[in-house]
Amino acid sequence: MAFKTEEDKVAYWKDNISLVLKLLAIWFVVSFGCGILLVDVLNNIQFFGFKLGFWFAQQGAIYVFVALIFVYVKKMNEIDKRYGVDEE
Amino acid sequence: MDIQLLTFIIVGASFALYIGIAIWARAGSTTDFYVAGGGVHPIANGMATAADWMSAASFISMAGLISFMGYDGAVYLLGWTGGYVLLALCLAPYLRKFGKFTVPDFIGDRYYSQTARTVAVICAIFVCFTYVAGQMRGVGVVFSRFLEVDIVTGVVIGMAIVFFYTVLGGMKGITYTQVAQYCVLIFAYLVPAVFISIMVTGHFLPQTGFGATLADGSGVHLLEKLDGLSTELGFNEYTSGTKSMIDVFCITAALMVGTAGLPHVIVRFFTVPKVRDARYSAGWALLFIAILYTTAPSLASFARVNMIETINGTEQTGTDYANAPSWIKNWEKTGLISWDDKNNDGKMFYSGDDRNEMKVDRDIMVLANPEIANLPAWVIALVAAGGIAAALSTSAGLLLVISTSVSHDLLKRNLAPNITDRQELFYARLAAGVAIAIAGYFGINPPGFVAQVVAFAFGLAASSFFPAIIMGIFFKQMNNKGAIAGMLAGIGFTAAYIIYFKFVNPAANVPANWWFGISPEGIGTLGMVLNFVVAYVVYKMTNEAPEEIQQLVEDIRYPKGAGEAQSH
Repeated sequence: MAFKTEEDKVAYWKDNISLVLKLLAIWFVVSFGCGILLVDVLNNIQFFGFKLGFWFAQQGAIYVFVALIFVYVKKMNEIDKRYGVDEE
Repeated sequence: MDIQLLTFIIVGASFALYIGIAIWARAGSTTDFYVAGGGVHPIANGMATAADWMSAASFISMAGLISFMGYDGAVYLLGWTGGYVLLALCLAPYLRKFGKFTVPDFIGDRYYSQTARTVAVICAIFVCFTYVAGQMRGVGVVFSRFLEVDIVTGVVIGMAIVFFYTVLGGMKGITYTQVAQYCVLIFAYLVPAVFISIMVTGHFLPQTGFGATLADGSGVHLLEKLDGLSTELGFNEYTSGTKSMIDVFCITAALMVGTAGLPHVIVRFFTVPKVRDARYSAGWALLFIAILYTTAPSLASFARVNMIETINGTEQTGTDYANAPSWIKNWEKTGLISWDDKNNDGKMFYSGDDRNEMKVDRDIMVLANPEIANLPAWVIALVAAGGIAAALSTSAGLLLVISTSVSHDLLKRNLAPNITDRQELFYARLAAGVAIAIAGYFGINPPGFVAQVVAFAFGLAASSFFPAIIMGIFFKQMNNKGAIAGMLAGIGFTAAYIIYFKFVNPAANVPANWWFGISPEGIGTLGMVLNFVVAYVVYKMTNEAPEEIQQLVEDIRYPKGAGEAQSH
């Protein structure tokens, strides 16, 4: 087995799931939240030349998506190292 | 130099490049053919994934669609990028660790069932053919407009090129050609967008020009101007949509989940050496895709203002047809734009109410944009090469999935397990050849339902593959019966809903008749939920997955020990 102990295996998977859930929460909020469900409220706010809700739907959410993946990669590689299950 | 000659030179040079790469990257084994030997750098794989993903529809049609839909266009922007987050966080690393060649491989092994494998193969082939027919058509349209050959010749040339590098190079040839095609298509997309952004707003970046004030010194923001024009002309306000919120929500979700479940995208993550490379390359892929996807909505708004002002004049009183700019006459020949002088004043007028005299096809927005904005001839030639690159790269990726499904999933893993590697490679090439011929036939004789079946491709991927793969990774006790029942329920429900509204009774396809106000485009979301629920209920009534399968699932959950992709 790749893990030192059974507890390590359980803890690794828990850390993994909690990271993914946190990032997916942000994913949901910027796209479905700001871009769709709250779009009418946010459109009352002017953001540069955009209505804020419209900006999230057609620009902002996409930038956040890209950032989320790179954050995930960085954090996940750290978790792998901590538990000694990386590929080196 | 005239546009025609310039287009021949630029498109010809890009073809020579693709063929050169194909010869350099010939496939020697099935591992080369299916997953490029598993040795692709994550950044190269990111570019290849981006080219694989961005089809003729993304390149040619999307900005035009947004231009006509305004805010509602966000369903495509969010749906076709947000899916990559799901892919990167929930699918790609685990499937890479699993280390087989295809999606049906995973489904078949994880659910220890030939039935599950067969259901997955059929879905994969159907989804891919749906898509590829549209791509071949895209090649034909670009050829016929810019090179003035007829559509049949255009499609045949496109088929010949794809045949050459898919059959010869397999995944290895495709991957490196797609890297080149990404560079061609993104350059071709950005050049006119930057030019037009500078002209309209004075901003170099289309993404900031989108929210800037107009360059005419009026101090009015582009989007304010567009909202004003839209209301004045009887359209909906540009920054607010016409679809209901629940429908926008469901279409976006179906496109996201469908994206994450599309076999030709997933298979790209089998080509990198390590699990961490699979994670990185998903990030790179989305970054490369985001460059086009954040430019598209900007381009859409510039193009709309430009088009309205060229047709209606700056005073919004209409312009004389006799003095119409040459692009209108050029594109009238293709039937994508037409004018009907209803009030006999000799002037063109475009609006959303009964004053309207113009019929404008949305596909014109990207292709005619350089002409509308009076850009130099080489930019127009470049757009032609970019459109062809987008269509070819996507077709090649899809054709490979079809050929792999036949030679590997159907023959090797199912009907004829004793064939040698060489024979399997031969069948893979044969299947690719046959698939190209069929795709070409549909490109030349497009079935009237191509546009309708696109909803199918995403709906089916969303309601079948996605839940099965997610449960396969995150729910180790899930058994074969639950997964199969879930897939069949998801597909059955989604397909029935789409077939009813698109084919059986298209007249009833209005919001009042939709369940919960969800259109056929968004119904895959409900199908997906149904898949999860049915799978869980059936699982509860039957035995959990056997111990060795649960062990397999635990093994794919951490990166250590990921070898090269294996055939068995």
